[in-house]
Amino acid sequence: MAAPTETTGSPVRPARKSRADARRSERAPSGGWRTIAAKELADHISSWRFIVLLFVIALLSVLPMYFSASDVQAQAVAASGNPLAFLALFTHGSASFGSVPMITLVTLLVPLVGISFGFDGINSERSQGTLSRLLAQPVHRDDVVNGKFAAGIFVIAIMIVSLVVLVTAIGILRLGIIPQAEDLARVLVWAIATVLYASFWLAFALLLSTIIRSAATAALVGFGSWLAITMVGGFVLPAIASFLFPIDTTASIGAQFGAATAQNLLLRVSPAQLYTDILQAIMDPRTNAIMISNLGQATSSQQQIPTLLTLDQSVLLVWPQFVALVALTVLLFAIAYVMFLRQEVRA
Amino acid sequence: MTEDRTNPSEPRRGLQRRRPRPTAGLSARPRPATEPTTSSAPATARAPHDPDDPDAGVADQTDATVRPWDVEASPSSEDRPKRRRRTVAELLADVPEDAVIVARRLTKQYGDFTAVDRLDLTIRRGEVFGLLGPNGAGKTTTVLMLLGLTEPTRGVVRVLGLDPTREPLAVKRQVGYLPDNVGFYGGLTGRENLRYTARLNGIPRKRADDRIDELLAEVRLGDAADKKAETYSRGMRQRLGIADALVKSPSVLILDEPTIAIDPAGVEELLALLRRLVAEHNLTVLLSSHILGQVQSLCDRVGFYSAGRLVAAGPLDELMGGSEAIVELEVAVAGAPEGIDRVAMSVPGVTSVVPDPHLDHIRIVTARHDVAAPLATALAEAHLPLTHLRRRGTDLMELYRRYVPEGIDGRAH
Repeated sequence: MAAPTETTGSPVRPARKSRADARRSERAPSGGWRTIAAKELADHISSWRFIVLLFVIALLSVLPMYFSASDVQAQAVAASGNPLAFLALFTHGSASFGSVPMITLVTLLVPLVGISFGFDGINSERSQGTLSRLLAQPVHRDDVVNGKFAAGIFVIAIMIVSLVVLVTAIGILRLGIIPQAEDLARVLVWAIATVLYASFWLAFALLLSTIIRSAATAALVGFGSWLAITMVGGFVLPAIASFLFPIDTTASIGAQFGAATAQNLLLRVSPAQLYTDILQAIMDPRTNAIMISNLGQATSSQQQIPTLLTLDQSVLLVWPQFVALVALTVLLFAIAYVMFLRQEVRA
Repeated sequence: MTEDRTNPSEPRRGLQRRRPRPTAGLSARPRPATEPTTSSAPATARAPHDPDDPDAGVADQTDATVRPWDVEASPSSEDRPKRRRRTVAELLADVPEDAVIVARRLTKQYGDFTAVDRLDLTIRRGEVFGLLGPNGAGKTTTVLMLLGLTEPTRGVVRVLGLDPTREPLAVKRQVGYLPDNVGFYGGLTGRENLRYTARLNGIPRKRADDRIDELLAEVRLGDAADKKAETYSRGMRQRLGIADALVKSPSVLILDEPTIAIDPAGVEELLALLRRLVAEHNLTVLLSSHILGQVQSLCDRVGFYSAGRLVAAGPLDELMGGSEAIVELEVAVAGAPEGIDRVAMSVPGVTSVVPDPHLDHIRIVTARHDVAAPLATALAEAHLPLTHLRRRGTDLMELYRRYVPEGIDGRAH
């Protein structure tokens, strides 16, 4: 076969040449993560877990939407011209489907998607024996984590977007409502928030896959945390909050509001709570307050004439929640990143 | 490496700013006699505050922070008045022009455990070097440091003149690596696995496909190339691993335990393949193994590891220490071993017959030349059926006995 071309030759010259290469590659950003992300994405999309998850989520979002659409149709006259009719496809829980709206089901399932695409990210490379081979290629070590995270976000985004398109399309066919630009924008913001929420769980799963050597254990810990935060967290956190900051009805109104504010803030430690806040504001334009922290706000929100907020006002309402969710995701990713960089290549 | 000295105008990146000072008050420091090393030039040390040296004060300030290439004096030299550090340039002063892999006083510690202890190693271009030692002796750690996958605690490494800690990508671009226990993505075919490696190396698609075809044919995986890697046998995985290491057209090949867990026929085949590839591609090869004798036919030079230290290194016949002149044979027969004494002494060339110190039924026959054939005939004629006949001093086990007197158990992790 042909002798290796440029890289062999005299021992001194290639060294000098490779130095020049190194300098070039240091100046230009490495594209290694893109190669890794492309491979991971191809793996995800052809995997059974993608197909099964897509099917389950599509089913669980189309079904409630179908019944909601029937409800809306039944009240066609009343609903005509109602600006909320299109969003009702997502937010209305039909009595014929246990009054569970589509977004609630999606809220429940999104963490599952995030964890599924991350729990075996690093540890499977390790157990397969491909990690040392991968790291012996000219890629930075962080390219591996970045590539896997990017591929995970991408595949989640594909899922959510196809879901939204599916529901919108069926809704248009069933109801004959052409959604307004404002409605579509709200659904888009909701999709972005959902991808963000899934990314939080993806980062969490990647962290687990870095720390825990066995993929099965990482998956169990991941799903356990999901159950704890989304289910038990819904009961336990309020209990802790009201224990730590009890609202004393005999105290001054200011003190009562102070305790309520403290409780609210504590609840927002949970990413599930943050995401629920975002949903509430984005998908229901009637929402004009998320957390009421003083008497003035309370009275003004009661005295307000019920009206629909514009999208930018709704986004402004939950902007802190958005930022907090991004911050939590970045924090988890950073921990996973640092842990991976400090780990020895071999077990 | 050598380039640092010949090319002083070249700007250095990062922390590698310190200028070599070949003239700054050098004093010869003899190496400790116990230190087995392949390099013989005297290493040098520098006084911390050298009046001749305007940079000395500055350099000492930077010395306060511990960096990988700051080399501390060995603990065995406590009798010396003060701890001295040698600069990178001083450590690399004796490196030959055509050195490809250089390690000087390379040390890796995990907490209290010293995995590699003050390793000195020079591998020249075109050489096949065998790193031999029991499991846990520090072979893999050494290999990982050469690739920049693990940072050395102290000491200097240069691969193709580059520091793998500072410029890992440049090193990895030119070094093919077959890891210990190599694995592939089971869901992808052998060919797809190699394509992924080619993409990671930035090889254009067309050129990569041609090269992969060639390599797959060379490692005799042409037929299995489009089967999923999870269906591959151990030997096939190992061969695919070698193809994978060659995808980037490396000039250096590092093989970690290439013969592990392969059946004897597979080992022979693998070694033949390696021998051919090394010759064809003009590769410099570092291979590690714990199975003595399996790789000795491939290696130009070997080094023995024991508990993190390189206890001996050199060409195999040199290490054998002229044992050609005297041949030692281990002999055992079906009958009483005393029978051997009488028969063996009658064979021409035999100088002595002594019982083995450990095994009662074995006699050690020393001769001036190889007497295996006449001895076997003589024993057969005396109705003493031969049950064991082995020439000593011809395989690495003997070398181990010679160089590692405390035994070769090594240490567990």
